[in-house]
Amino acid sequence: MVQRSKIWANIDWVTVLLYLVLVFMGWFNIYAAVYDSDHQSIFDISQRYGKQLLWIGAGAALAIIIMSIETNFYVFFSYVIYGVMVFLLLLVLLIANEVNGARSWLEIGGFKIQPSEFAKFATALALARYMSTFDFKLKDFKSLAIMALIIFTPAALILLQNDTGSALVYFSFVLVLFREGLSGLVLFLGTLVATLFILALILSNFTLILVLLGAGVLMYLILNPKFNQFLRVLMFFAGGVLLAFLLNAIMGRKYESADVVIFGTVLGALGTLVYSLQKKFKSYVVISLFFIGSVAFTNSVGYAFDNILEPHHQVRIKELLGIESNPYGAGYHVNQSKIAIGSGGMWGKGYLNGTQTKFNFVPEQSTDFIFCTVGEEWGFAGTFIVIALFVFFLSRLVWLAERQRSVFSRIYGYSVAVILFFHFMVNIGMTVGIMPVIGIPLPFFSYGGSSLWSFTILLFIFIRLDASRLENFRDSRNA
Amino acid sequence: MNDYSRRSYIIILVFILVALVFLIRLFNLQVMDSTYKQYATNNVLREVVQYPARGLIYDRNGELLVYNKTAYDLLVTPREVKPFDTTLFCRLLDITREDLEAGIQKARKYSSYKPSILVKQISPENYAILQEQLYKFEGFHSQTRTLREYSAPAAAHALGYVSEVTQSDINKDSYYKSGDYIGASGIEKTYEAQLRGTKGVKKNLVDVHNRIQGSYLEGSEDVPAQIGKNLVTTLDLDLQLYAEKLFKNKKGAVVAIEPSTGEVLAMVSAPVYDPGLLVGRVRGANYKVLESDSLMPLFNRALQAKYPPGSTFKTINALIGLQEGAITPETRFSCAGRGSTPIRCTHDHISPANVVEGIRESCNPFMWNTFRSIIGRAKTAAEGFRTWRQYVQNFGLGTILSEDFANTLKGDLPSEELYNRIYGKGRWNALTVRSLSIGQGELGATPLQMANVAAIVANHGFYYEPHIVKEVEGDTIRSSYRKKHEVGIDEKYFAPIIEGMRQSIKNYYYIPGLEYCGKTGTIQIGRGLEHGAFEAFAPREEPKIAVFTYVENSKWGSQYAAPIASLMIEKYLNDTIASNRLHIEERMLNSNLLDPNKIVITDGAAE
Repeated sequence: MVQRSKIWANIDWVTVLLYLVLVFMGWFNIYAAVYDSDHQSIFDISQRYGKQLLWIGAGAALAIIIMSIETNFYVFFSYVIYGVMVFLLLLVLLIANEVNGARSWLEIGGFKIQPSEFAKFATALALARYMSTFDFKLKDFKSLAIMALIIFTPAALILLQNDTGSALVYFSFVLVLFREGLSGLVLFLGTLVATLFILALILSNFTLILVLLGAGVLMYLILNPKFNQFLRVLMFFAGGVLLAFLLNAIMGRKYESADVVIFGTVLGALGTLVYSLQKKFKSYVVISLFFIGSVAFTNSVGYAFDNILEPHHQVRIKELLGIESNPYGAGYHVNQSKIAIGSGGMWGKGYLNGTQTKFNFVPEQSTDFIFCTVGEEWGFAGTFIVIALFVFFLSRLVWLAERQRSVFSRIYGYSVAVILFFHFMVNIGMTVGIMPVIGIPLPFFSYGGSSLWSFTILLFIFIRLDASRLENFRDSRNA
Repeated sequence: MNDYSRRSYIIILVFILVALVFLIRLFNLQVMDSTYKQYATNNVLREVVQYPARGLIYDRNGELLVYNKTAYDLLVTPREVKPFDTTLFCRLLDITREDLEAGIQKARKYSSYKPSILVKQISPENYAILQEQLYKFEGFHSQTRTLREYSAPAAAHALGYVSEVTQSDINKDSYYKSGDYIGASGIEKTYEAQLRGTKGVKKNLVDVHNRIQGSYLEGSEDVPAQIGKNLVTTLDLDLQLYAEKLFKNKKGAVVAIEPSTGEVLAMVSAPVYDPGLLVGRVRGANYKVLESDSLMPLFNRALQAKYPPGSTFKTINALIGLQEGAITPETRFSCAGRGSTPIRCTHDHISPANVVEGIRESCNPFMWNTFRSIIGRAKTAAEGFRTWRQYVQNFGLGTILSEDFANTLKGDLPSEELYNRIYGKGRWNALTVRSLSIGQGELGATPLQMANVAAIVANHGFYYEPHIVKEVEGDTIRSSYRKKHEVGIDEKYFAPIIEGMRQSIKNYYYIPGLEYCGKTGTIQIGRGLEHGAFEAFAPREEPKIAVFTYVENSKWGSQYAAPIASLMIEKYLNDTIASNRLHIEERMLNSNLLDPNKIVITDGAAE
């Protein structure tokens, strides 16, 4: 056992300092966002800024408590904590009242908390615990299944609460898995799926096929630039399209030419697939599969979009992609947010001088849209500093995670970094209009006790783990 | 260390890439693209026009004539309108549902985002009730305007009225915006630039609910409205009111001038109307009624009626004769009374008559003989006529006497060319156009011009430009008002004319203890009863007031025109009417000349 005093000495004070800077910047901006001349005192606890100060104080207390607990506690009780959180999420589903269409608040004696916020660190702990066990293998199906269960059980429960934004956060664990050896192909496919999803919504089917054909040709040129084979493949496609037209003619021209062409190309791709399987042309198999898969995927996107997503999410995605634009409807948030940020200019309008901020043009400004206050009152200089601070902070966490000797601590550290990164990316992306409006808070900045405390707990457990990184504790896979 | 530890760099790279995308995006939004700044300004800035109160108008004694009352316009911003209780709304504003729908439709056509006026000029009483309920109607707000208010229902024609600007007003002067008010007639029109003041603008910040949150830039860009300048008119309210009373149920006009200054003391065009009728929401309806009234109350007879001056013109004709040497004070012309030719005299009198007697008796033969002498002194009739005409013009007939009156007319002073056209060049002479000598024929003068003639006679040969505004607050009055206009008649020739006018004062227009001078006129018109006119000044020495009255269809000048003028003179100089003349006042007040059956002619005495 390392003595207690040594733990305090080993704390990474840079991270703690960054945390404090972000929290207090957030507090000042909350003051600006809800400022009104009737309640001028920043300590007025009837106002959000006064309350936020209370949450900050309580957060500090939480941090100290976390720092005082032995590291082993977090390892031993990780599953227990996780279990309790899953139970709370279930409980919320059963007993909570609906607020703004979501069922995510748990009321205990007049005190309201949001279990979905706290589920994040619990999942990170459980994941770190599970992935640091001996028999965990990333390539083992059973391990993967259990890991997926750990990650997606809370995500599914949160999704059932109608809190899509918080549920999406759990996808950020993919980055942790990537660090732990998950194939880059998974990330690539993920990106591909997302791109195709967006293209499918923006482009017409016919244009999309042309794009995919182009992509196929490009892949072919990269993988196996042999002209003879290319001619043969071309013949398959020409034949496929011809056949499709012939079939359509027989059926009395039932389908439109564009659809016939699409069908023809799929026939061509199928032909190519069969042919290349016989001849064992590996690259053609890949390209054909990619093509067929993409066509199938994009054609099902429309269906999925219309039938699986909530209408308000559909509208927000359409807004974002520029398919639909209504600056006074669903686009109102983003439009006002962009106006507030854009009007800040290089140096901003000055603290408490933001007109869009003061007069409440941006909805939810102290919570999800707190970044607007920074943009309007501090200008590009302010937004640059905040983004730079976040990147430095996140990179510092990665660096800290990387220096851990225990796998548990490293995985937990990465989890902290990527969860915070996901919030950072989606929240700021949303305020500047390049991400759909998914209501998740900006860590440490946004008003709210639950989110502040959950981020504080999330972070300080890692700082605590880091502080005793030189200790030997029960970890079977110490590097 | 783990095999995959190098992947930490990829993850950090992802962080940095995302941050870079954000920074590029933010740099575009915040630094490169200025449209968001404009949007932000549009979001929060509401410019409110500050309408100044129009200047006040006083009479010559400091009595307030015209002031302002507050009224409210209700504006609508179509985009902000939420469903509301239309029944209550219409009841509060006293409008129909159709009015409301049409109004909102019109506003939407103009702009969905900018407010436009839905209901104009709501009285303070109605507004007080409306204001309590206004919070229920989102998208509606009010603005304060001022409307004219009159301390007495007097001098409507002289003061004029204010109306909403027309498109041509806006085209002429970009100061005006749709919905602004502008002086449309009378003093309100002539002195529009001074009375209107200057509109200001207040830039307010509003919050997302369009509630005002304070001034933009602490009000540093606000421009306060500058209230209009006050005017002091030359009118004497008591005299004006008295004159209007005397003209009750009559058609005609009176203008009273202070000869020593040219200041118009009273100006009436009858029938009169209450200037308050043309203010506020009732204006449109009242205007239509007044406009279609067969008595033409909106027509300002004092400035626009081209009345043949009749015998009141004889003073001018005799003075020209004397000046030109066509007659001397001793020249006599014989008159055969009613048997005279080619113009008969109205009554038998001393004959042959000299100029004093000619004026006193209003002798027609004396006048055409004088006229013939004037014309005959030149080689040709046309040349003689030209000389005569020039004198008449010097007296102000056929000219715009003053720029101080809006919509004033020149009247008719026939030219040589007119007669050449009618009779052929060289085929007419003095006798052909002899009617001119007795103020008839092609002659038409406005009451203002004839009142000025009375002032010229009172002044022995000169006048100051008649004007109605004495002082503009903080401004100097036009110097032209101090300029003496000589008519070109020697002072000495006025003595016999004035003597003749003094001797003619009798009957109902004789004022005990006051020596004053006057000349009646009776003007033949094609159909109906003759018009009566009276030109006078008083007292004879150092005259204080010159008056010209014209009463349509009143038989003789002595019947109504002269008594009314005499009462005005008496009132102005003595402040009270002598007890033995009260019955005359009563007769004037109670007579009704609008109904031919009720006209009472009480005196057989003609001119």
